[in-house]
Amino acid sequence: MNDDPVISVRGATAALGARPVLRGVDLTVGRGEVVALLGANGSGKSTAVRAVIGQVPLTGGSIELFGTDRKRFRDWARIGYVPQRTTAASGVPATVREVVASGRLARRRFGWATRADRAAVQRAMELVGLADRAKDAVTALSGGQHQRVLIARALASEPDLLIMDEPMAGVDLGSQEILAATLREQVAGGTSVLLVLHELGPLEPLIDRAVVLRDGCVVHDGPPPKAVGQHALPGHDHVHPHAADEPLRTGLLS
Amino acid sequence: MDFLEPAFMQRALLAAVLVGITAPAVGIYLVQRRQALMGDGIGHVAMTGVGLGFLLNSSPVWTATLVAIAGSVVMELIRAYGKTRGDLALALLFYGGMAGGVMLTSLSTTGSNANLTSYLFGSLSTVSSEDVTAIALLAAFVVLVTVGLRRQLFAVSQDEEFARVTGLPVRLLNLLVAITAAVTVTVAMRVVGLLLVSALMVVPVAAAQQLTRSFKATFVLAVLIGTGVTLSGTITSYYQDVPPGATIVLLAIGVFIALAVLATPLARRRARTAERASAECDARCVPDTRRPADDVRV
Repeated sequence: MNDDPVISVRGATAALGARPVLRGVDLTVGRGEVVALLGANGSGKSTAVRAVIGQVPLTGGSIELFGTDRKRFRDWARIGYVPQRTTAASGVPATVREVVASGRLARRRFGWATRADRAAVQRAMELVGLADRAKDAVTALSGGQHQRVLIARALASEPDLLIMDEPMAGVDLGSQEILAATLREQVAGGTSVLLVLHELGPLEPLIDRAVVLRDGCVVHDGPPPKAVGQHALPGHDHVHPHAADEPLRTGLLS
Repeated sequence: MDFLEPAFMQRALLAAVLVGITAPAVGIYLVQRRQALMGDGIGHVAMTGVGLGFLLNSSPVWTATLVAIAGSVVMELIRAYGKTRGDLALALLFYGGMAGGVMLTSLSTTGSNANLTSYLFGSLSTVSSEDVTAIALLAAFVVLVTVGLRRQLFAVSQDEEFARVTGLPVRLLNLLVAITAAVTVTVAMRVVGLLLVSALMVVPVAAAQQLTRSFKATFVLAVLIGTGVTLSGTITSYYQDVPPGATIVLLAIGVFIALAVLATPLARRRARTAERASAECDARCVPDTRRPADDVRV
């Protein structure tokens, strides 16, 4: 499966200001593979993901997307990105449909929306179970529903690769189940997934491989570690903050 | 309808309609990205352009447009690249622009500070036919950008990082918003004045969103409110001896208050409906097996 990776990161280094955040990260996501990027707060997970999509410049190493060097990669419709957000709202009211439709711009950047565009937006809303809320303002939604809107926006371009930054943060159980089901359906259809997680949670059965970061280095790359202790409890919501130099105790490696 | 008789009133009403359309059309994107006060900053910078126009003995509308565009581009670059002290850089730009306007005007032979005042607070009765031509051309540009690129500008203003990952030319679109805002400031300058321009960009949008749920409806309603208050304010200032700019802004704030009062019971009803909908959903989707196990020691 790894012959033709959709993401290939080799020896990536990056710094935020003077502080090195990535210190030689190797990360591969094969076609159809679901890879979880785990680690404590400050371990560099979000930076790694943002480097992959070109939002953080590398100081060294290389990144390839679908076999193309990231700097020359232009086929953004193949990537559905779910940023780390707690809200899908902005300073002006917008409906669920309007926000989801903005994801479709990856397919057709300029020009009018076609019937195919509208159908894809409708399908994306159905996938996350929000089609009946299409005309509601996003401000009327719960935290978990906001996250579902952001995922539908990423799905609107019908991507081959989903990149999600903490999609389960602050999401109620009902929405977690729906998100897991949505993801399962995408993976069954051949979509590759890279997701940043604090812990495996309800997505555990979907995940093929886990990469654990600590202080900007990969400390584990292989089968998802078995969750034990309190982290194994169904419904355990991991929200307390970790210090960067605290021993890695997410319950994933112990 | 005798206010339609004098030629100066026909020009004034035409200018008022164009301002009523363009100011909220740009303002909605500024409000969306929480930069509601950017119009105010551009207005200050444009004063230097007006002063330059007096000094060079040319039309202040065109020099103000050029200087306002330059100022808005600098502001956008500070916003995009400036990490710290961006607020100080902007403050320098605002006050420098204002002081430059007063200084250049006093240096010129044609302009006096009384002339400058007509640009600060608007002076509809002195709108010339050349002014109307300039305003119409600039307004056409603003409408073309804000309506033609509404999907792209919505995406960029909603979530800039996400827009970059869709491959949109975000930097270019941000500059376009800044330039369009600058052009709008100079369009509105003769009607409401540079110091009140920002009000007409922001207040109709704020008023419209008291009632609306979608971006599209907010856009349309804000433009309708903008046109309504600029027209009625202009007509009021014809019959009563009141300054048009101040009348228009106070009317807009009046509409905002009226709609906010009207919207309170509406919002309450919507909240109830949403609550019912989410209660239904929870009952349907949360399976029993996912209840947290309370009997396990943590």
